Amino acid sequence: MDAFTTHTGRAVPLRRGNVDTDQIIPAVWLKQVSRTGFEKGLFSAWREDPAFVLNNPAYEGASILVAGPDFGTGSSREHAVWALQQYGFRVVIAARFGDIFRNNSTKMGLLPVVLPAAVVEALQSAVEADPSLEVTVDLEGRQVRWGGEAVGFEIDDYTRWRLMEGLDDIGLTLRNADDVTVYENGRQPWLPTTV
Amino acid sequence: MGRTLAEKVWEQHVVRRAEGEPDLLYIDLHLIHEVTSPQAFDGLRMAGRPIRRPELTIATEDHNVPTVRGPISDPVSRVQVETLRKNCAEFGVRLYPMGDAGQGVVHIIGPQFGLTQPGMTIVCGDSHTSTHGAFGGIAFGIGTSEVEHVLATQTLPAYRPKTMAIEVSGTLPAGVTAKDLILAIIAKIGTGGGQGYIVEYRGEAIRALSMEGRMTVCNMSIEAGARAGMIAPDETTLEYLKGRPHAPAGADWDAAVEYWKTLTSDEDAVFDTVVEIDATTLTPFVTWGTNPGQGAPLGASVPDPQDTDDPAAAARALEYMGLAAGTPLRDVRVDTVFVGSCTNGRLEDLRAVADVLRGRQVVTRTLIVPGSMLVKLQAEQEGLHEVFKAAGAEWREAGCSMCLGMNPDTLAPGERSASTSNRNFEGRQGKGGRTHLVSPQVAAATAVTGKLTAPADL
Ligand code: SF4
Repeated sequence: MDAFTTHTGRAVPLRRGNVDTDQIIPAVWLKQVSRTGFEKGLFSAWREDPAFVLNNPAYEGASILVAGPDFGTGSSREHAVWALQQYGFRVVIAARFGDIFRNNSTKMGLLPVVLPAAVVEALQSAVEADPSLEVTVDLEGRQVRWGGEAVGFEIDDYTRWRLMEGLDDIGLTLRNADDVTVYENGRQPWLPTTV
Repeated sequence: MGRTLAEKVWEQHVVRRAEGEPDLLYIDLHLIHEVTSPQAFDGLRMAGRPIRRPELTIATEDHNVPTVRGPISDPVSRVQVETLRKNCAEFGVRLYPMGDAGQGVVHIIGPQFGLTQPGMTIVCGDSHTSTHGAFGGIAFGIGTSEVEHVLATQTLPAYRPKTMAIEVSGTLPAGVTAKDLILAIIAKIGTGGGQGYIVEYRGEAIRALSMEGRMTVCNMSIEAGARAGMIAPDETTLEYLKGRPHAPAGADWDAAVEYWKTLTSDEDAVFDTVVEIDATTLTPFVTWGTNPGQGAPLGASVPDPQDTDDPAAAARALEYMGLAAGTPLRDVRVDTVFVGSCTNGRLEDLRAVADVLRGRQVVTRTLIVPGSMLVKLQAEQEGLHEVFKAAGAEWREAGCSMCLGMNPDTLAPGERSASTSNRNFEGRQGKGGRTHLVSPQVAAATAVTGKLTAPADL
């Protein structure tokens, strides 16, 4: 995955809460066996509505999604993350995220930023007032900045380090393969196998 | 201080713990299916990595499969299923393909084979993996990157979630099911109420549930935002497990039971959050909106958005659902009834539906889709399929079907369903489709009248 330190870009306000992953990418798009081409499925049902915010030319090329609370609930489909990234998003800001979506995002290098609901709304209003507003998401400094505002956010040290280094989890775990072997040798013999 | 069930199972699986890092957890069982695995296998191939423990991995074809006999007509779906077959053959994973007697929805076949046992860690690239927690293990859904991680290492790095106890006191009144209970719980705590928690369901009403009912409850934990839900094992659990093909036998059984008996939350264990529900006050419950938390008792009316926690979201949901505030839910007309899914596609659910349909006729399109080929076989041995067919319902092959509409079983735009599945999201059962989540009993009674109905109303 690509390393993430600081990103500056324009932002899209998505004023809806409870945006589940079925909305982010409907199931018909999940049949692909490759990892590419999912941008076409992003919010595909909503994009049919000309009034939907992503259809507003003022937000074309924006790379930060500012969404309502409980973004990415529901299905575990990582395709939701791929669709957002392939469409051009690097960051999603919301007051709360679905647990699996947030996890999937950090595995792929899409940064989920949790800010208080009132701050998210203020940021949405700011980019509605001025779609060309530049927003900076500084992972190193754990801060989101726009206009004259600067708001801190929390992220655990380990995930931050992994994102900043662009590290692959599997490679990290395999460094501890001996620990896994030791654990396996102590497992109960009656635990089931699938064969 | 005592420990909760979740803490005990978690600690038992920690492979490595280091300051400032997530725990590395061992995974006892990994279930895979065709939709969320192809990119993970590609990742392994690209890195030249094998599967660490193929014998702890099991695969099935469920999301895309047609529920009428014959090959998959959609070429894209067919490629996805064929890709799973190739991957399983190449990497040595046991697969239950379409047509096989062991095939079925991934969360139905694990328990049915006895692979799902107390105290285990179980993952799958599917959010309803929480189902397996009904046996007293930690089971949760993961994304494709994590699927690849588990294939390569049989572990996952994870932070231990907080613990929540949902205490359900009293007994469920007659005609009120496990599905009604979990829908009422989600309406109470909200779709985000369980975020960051492992939920342990406890109390008299939970103990009284069958294993199938417990699976229905744990299945929908994710709809309350909780990645995992669990229920401590007891005699009901042991009775269900004993003699299943992958359950321990002989001296192994005795050793396992001895360990399983330790899997309860200690008396003095402290949960981070406790939620209390009085089972005696519950009635059949249905959803009116576009998330599983937007539900109400069947005897109620469609709410006025102003009376809800989030008026804007409720108004939007009513618009999508084509419903007017104040309409009695019993007056809502339904076009299609779907019985099935990993929430309510088990034998007990089908028996309940047959009890309602026996000697009656359906007036809606009614799809009855068994959760697995074994469920289908057992239902047919009991003659349930004859009841369904005589009532005018369609009796199908096993699969996910209209739960998510990846196969040809979908709703048309504007079409309204009463569905025993778990998600009423916009477009979940087909673009523009409108879903009301219900219990199998309510689904069957609704099929008879064409309006949302409980069996007691018939
Ligand atoms: S039945 Fe529905 S919820 Fe269950 S695994 Fe299949 S698609 Fe997912």
